[in-house]
Amino acid sequence: MTISVSSDDTVISEELRSFIDLESNAVTYDIERHAIERFACAIGDPNPLYTNREFAESSSYGGLIAPPTFFRSLLPRDYPVPYPEPFAHILDGGSKYRYNEPVRVGDQITVVRKITDLFEKHGRMGAMLFKISEISYTNQEGRLIGTQTTTTITYGTGEKDSGVGDH
Amino acid sequence: MFEDVSVGDELPELVKHPDNRQLVMYAGASQDFVAIHYDLNVAKEAGHPNVIIHGALKSAWLGELVTGWIGSEGRLLELDVSYRAIDFPGDTATCVGKIIDARIEDGVGLVEIEIGLRNPEGAISTPGRALVSLPTRS
Repeated sequence: MTISVSSDDTVISEELRSFIDLESNAVTYDIERHAIERFACAIGDPNPLYTNREFAESSSYGGLIAPPTFFRSLLPRDYPVPYPEPFAHILDGGSKYRYNEPVRVGDQITVVRKITDLFEKHGRMGAMLFKISEISYTNQEGRLIGTQTTTTITYGTGEKDSGVGDH
Repeated sequence: MFEDVSVGDELPELVKHPDNRQLVMYAGASQDFVAIHYDLNVAKEAGHPNVIIHGALKSAWLGELVTGWIGSEGRLLELDVSYRAIDFPGDTATCVGKIIDARIEDGVGLVEIEIGLRNPEGAISTPGRALVSLPTRS
């Protein structure tokens, strides 16, 4: 864990810093075939492992699975206390996915997010807050099937974008 | 098969022609309702000529590039994607990949791939990497 403080007027307050390593409220999703089909259709991926039951059952997976970035549709819930987002605008910096097992139709996946690092940078858009979050996905048998580590960048003042604070 | 892969090999390119409709579909499927992806006024206020493609949708295409190539027998183990530049619906997005390492670890054939999304100007807007396992003949 590193915290960069570039000046006395850092946006990373003690309150914000207290969110590092704090776990979000857990949420569990029942994985329905229809949700996987809709996601595969939205991204435009024709892989029959996501939609063709017979094909998937005769494959090495033994059944329908979800596309790798389906995790994006399993939103984490909020933190036990409201996250004090200091900025109005949001950018997605990227994601790192680690997979132990695929998501399968019929799974119950529990999602928990925690912030592992917060740091700020100063660029042409002024101060920007970088938030590194690790999201874990655990199945109904208690196995960690994968993780997603996200970089979220927020910046600027004014009316808050819809979705700021959700990511 | 792992034995058929060599460092320097390129994956077949995956070409995408995103439009506004797909962005709306993706917003619904992923529940990402940040308005810059569907509201032209919001995008213009932020200085963009058009709405912008969700970074995570670009990740999904790069995932498809890799999982389509490894087939049902391979396994995707790691996928890293970094959104360096913005892409717009209406532009062609080409997903590319090149093998940068192939090794056997504990009897498993591991292949590391440099991946990226190439925009119409030929620049990689969205670089990344993937690690996959492939079955071995032995």
